[in-house]
Amino acid sequence: MFASTLTDAIRLLATFDHRVAEIVGLSLQVSGGAVVLGTLIGLPLGACIAVGRFPGKSGVSVLINALMGLPSVVVGVVVYLLLSRSGPFGAFGLLYTPLAMVAAQTLLVVPLMAAIARQVVEDAWQRYAEELQVMRFTWWQSVTTLLHDCRHSLLVAVLAGLGRAMSEVGAVMIVGGNIDRATRVMTTAIALETSKGDLPLAIALGIVLIALILALNAVAFGLRHWAMRRYG
Amino acid sequence: MAHELLKRIRVAVLGVVLAGAAQAATAAESIVLASTTSTEQSGLFAHILPIFEKTSGISVKVVALGTGQALDVGRRGDADALLVHDRAAEDKFVAEGYGSYRRDVMYNDFVVVGPTADPAAVRASSDTSDAFRRIAGKAATFISRADKSGTHAAELRFWKAAAIEPVGQSWYKEAGTGMGPTLNMAAGVDAYTLSDRGTWANFKNRQNLAILYAGDPKLFNPYGAILVNPDRHPHVKKAAAERFIDWLTSDAGREAIASYRIGGEQLFFPSPR
Repeated sequence: MFASTLTDAIRLLATFDHRVAEIVGLSLQVSGGAVVLGTLIGLPLGACIAVGRFPGKSGVSVLINALMGLPSVVVGVVVYLLLSRSGPFGAFGLLYTPLAMVAAQTLLVVPLMAAIARQVVEDAWQRYAEELQVMRFTWWQSVTTLLHDCRHSLLVAVLAGLGRAMSEVGAVMIVGGNIDRATRVMTTAIALETSKGDLPLAIALGIVLIALILALNAVAFGLRHWAMRRYG
Repeated sequence: MAHELLKRIRVAVLGVVLAGAAQAATAAESIVLASTTSTEQSGLFAHILPIFEKTSGISVKVVALGTGQALDVGRRGDADALLVHDRAAEDKFVAEGYGSYRRDVMYNDFVVVGPTADPAAVRASSDTSDAFRRIAGKAATFISRADKSGTHAAELRFWKAAAIEPVGQSWYKEAGTGMGPTLNMAAGVDAYTLSDRGTWANFKNRQNLAILYAGDPKLFNPYGAILVNPDRHPHVKKAAAERFIDWLTSDAGREAIASYRIGGEQLFFPSPR
């Protein structure tokens, strides 16, 4: 059963058409958009928590670490209620659009990226705190300097966000609706094919998804090495 | 600088996202149709929607949910039209003012599916109630959708007609999921379940499952189309949604529905006028 499903899946890989390419493209757009927003929000947020001195700092750190395990289906329901026509942002008509999916995945990846950034920047902060204070850096200058100095390590946070966004199904299913040629992405397509009992096709799509994530990670790894060699 | 490069990548990705969004915004007119997993997973929409889109230029975006959930989405105003199959709940939806009207569209039937070995001898049933009594009598594992779908509502009606209270029994498993996943579960553990014929016909992971009982008039499964009430939700695309409902019940729409076949078998029948 398992072996035959797998061989059928591999045979299917050869026959993929432009419909699969469309689904892959939308996955990249949605998850890519979420990771860009996650990078712009999550990394500075994590760095601010690391450098800042404020009451309840350890509480915030624990909270943001815990939110790494935020269930995607909960995020889906919350964003659904917000974007629903009967919800507070209903007038924008965003439900069942790719933008709604970007919003939901952004909420998912921000805590994850912020938590990793907080740890990375805090470690660097402990090493360089004195130097930065001697140079009379303001708090915000310290944050941006540390973010810049840690950029190679922070790539892990970006990749973790990308992996989380590309692999989640709970949130995009609810706020996107898995609409054919509109909001269907890799994971919801896999869920649909599994529902139809077409397990070889589901596995084939799964292989494509894993290969895609692997390729993105390989590119990021290569870029990082190239950048480190070239710019130090 | 490396972060220059990163910045450039970011800008490029953002551009792609915005381009995608702009494309979605400028696309031809579209409506959102909340419908059931049975119509989507049976492949019916993939067959009839391109025909409608070609003649009308209106694209229909299908969100496939259980009937209960689809009605809920309609109640919140998140769809323009519904195509569902739970007559009592549909009439209530319209009576409460959430829908403008309901129209008969098509029907198919439910089938009792189970392991070919048939330990409860469901094949020999005299009617639907008898089939359900046989399953309960042998305490054979039965997987319920338990998701407030049209199929779930029908299943509960059949248990009631058989004077059996299955909820809480050890052989009665409430899956809380769509038709396809429920069939996957039944196939995995050789259990009985109730399916609509369309999803079953298009279902590929059957393993030892087969149709064991069908054909009772009580297993009739009608689908209705509902226009979400624009008086309650002014953003509803009334003209486009009505055009779709009119098409579904027109000669062209009826023909499209009747012409969907899997392996030569017709899965949905246009409602008699």
